[in-house]
Amino acid sequence: MQVKILTGNQAAAEAVKLCKVQVVSAYPITPSTSLTEYLAEWIERGTLKAEYVRVESEHSVMTVCVSASTVGARVFTSTSSHGLLYMHEQLHWAAGSRLPIVTCVINRGVGAPWSIFNDQQDSIAQRDTGWIQLYCRDNQEIIDTVIQAYRIAETAFCPVMVCYDGFVLSHTMMPVEIPAADKVNVFLPPYKPHTILSQEAPRNINPVIFPSQRRDADGVLRDGYMEFRWKLQNALEGARDVIVDVNREFAAVFGHDHGGMIWDHRIDDAEVCIVGMGSIASEATTAVDVLREEGIRAGVVGIRSYRPFPRAELREALKKAAAIIIFEKNVSYGYEGALCADLKAALYGTGIVAPVHNYIAGLGGRDVKATELADAVRSSLADIAGGVRERQTWLNCVTEG
Amino acid sequence: MEIKDDNISAMCKPAIGEAGRTGDWRDATPVIDQAKCIASIKNRPACYLCWLYCPDGVVITGVPVQIDLEYCKGCGICAEECPAQAIAMVMHEEVKECK
Repeated sequence: MQVKILTGNQAAAEAVKLCKVQVVSAYPITPSTSLTEYLAEWIERGTLKAEYVRVESEHSVMTVCVSASTVGARVFTSTSSHGLLYMHEQLHWAAGSRLPIVTCVINRGVGAPWSIFNDQQDSIAQRDTGWIQLYCRDNQEIIDTVIQAYRIAETAFCPVMVCYDGFVLSHTMMPVEIPAADKVNVFLPPYKPHTILSQEAPRNINPVIFPSQRRDADGVLRDGYMEFRWKLQNALEGARDVIVDVNREFAAVFGHDHGGMIWDHRIDDAEVCIVGMGSIASEATTAVDVLREEGIRAGVVGIRSYRPFPRAELREALKKAAAIIIFEKNVSYGYEGALCADLKAALYGTGIVAPVHNYIAGLGGRDVKATELADAVRSSLADIAGGVRERQTWLNCVTEG
Repeated sequence: MEIKDDNISAMCKPAIGEAGRTGDWRDATPVIDQAKCIASIKNRPACYLCWLYCPDGVVITGVPVQIDLEYCKGCGICAEECPAQAIAMVMHEEVKECK
């Protein structure tokens, strides 16, 4: 196995090449990243046999992806922040059409005010579009997750966002093992679309659908809007098993196990469970190691799949927790962190009654160090000893006056 | 796992009646006066502008020209376009009553 020193974007680009993607569409200007530049160069040089479609906006990018995927091409794009927000409408179309499009989201903050730096508000804002969302914690996980994402997408017929933190991972170099191409070819067979379009059997894709089921001209009962939407919900719920199976199979072939729905660090006897996703959860593992040296039994539960949400896995992982501390790089304005809200909902009715403290951290690229995460945990433990069950703190943020 | 479901995403096949019997949308029916219709007068395929302009493809070319009233929505474009003014839109009785 070949090892290269790669940025997160280079790792993702290598994965796209290994997956033999046939169509890449991108709007190659800010907020896009170097990922699409690498792909453009390789396609121009002929080292990646794919078509690169340049368009005038991210909205059109996703439209091209939807069209190309519909006629049977394996497609890829990537974007960030405002580009992803501009894609929003077409993200719904991709999911509703059940197309296995894979998109890398290089997580960055959104305006106003302008920020080019990292947080996860952009992809969290796409939570309810019907896309699977996987979050990566390092560059090895990026290359591996993109490959897995195509298997997951083409099995469950749901589009997948592979999310990784802007700059923290996208522009940071790490050693990355490149999976062998011949093994990837076996792991990821060519894409077979769910609906074959041909001149012999012409179809109108996504016509107006009436509220109720109705019979078509042949007398066949066709679904109404709600049936299609239920199938999308069912597909995402069912994708849990696909994500776990694909990870297991990938680990057996390539030797890297990133966890299925979640991953964990030192949670077997943990009383204090830190929950997060992406690089901040990875940073928390360092904090946990420091806290362990002080005798605090801490551990980390990392969210790999945010949608579908790892309901059962979190209930199992947190069942012995005496304190749950969530660090996240997003906020659902007027409430709390999106992950915190989802996690608390998942614990409802389970008998897990540990206090849940929510830290909003690292918005717009504000640095978050492991020592600061450890300080936050100590502060929360003092509060919990004093009976404070809920807490929302904006870490490293001046909130006085 | 291979999904075999014709209903996985919304689609329809082009077929007569796919959108239902649209003839019952009509509140006026096109009636052709064969004494004025150019194809009928010449007794050979001719003109057919009604067929060309019909947005729903329900005009059947021939001698005489016919209209498929199962699916004609009564839009009146054929009557508007007919150079011989051979097509009259006859308002339905219940529509007249409403007025």
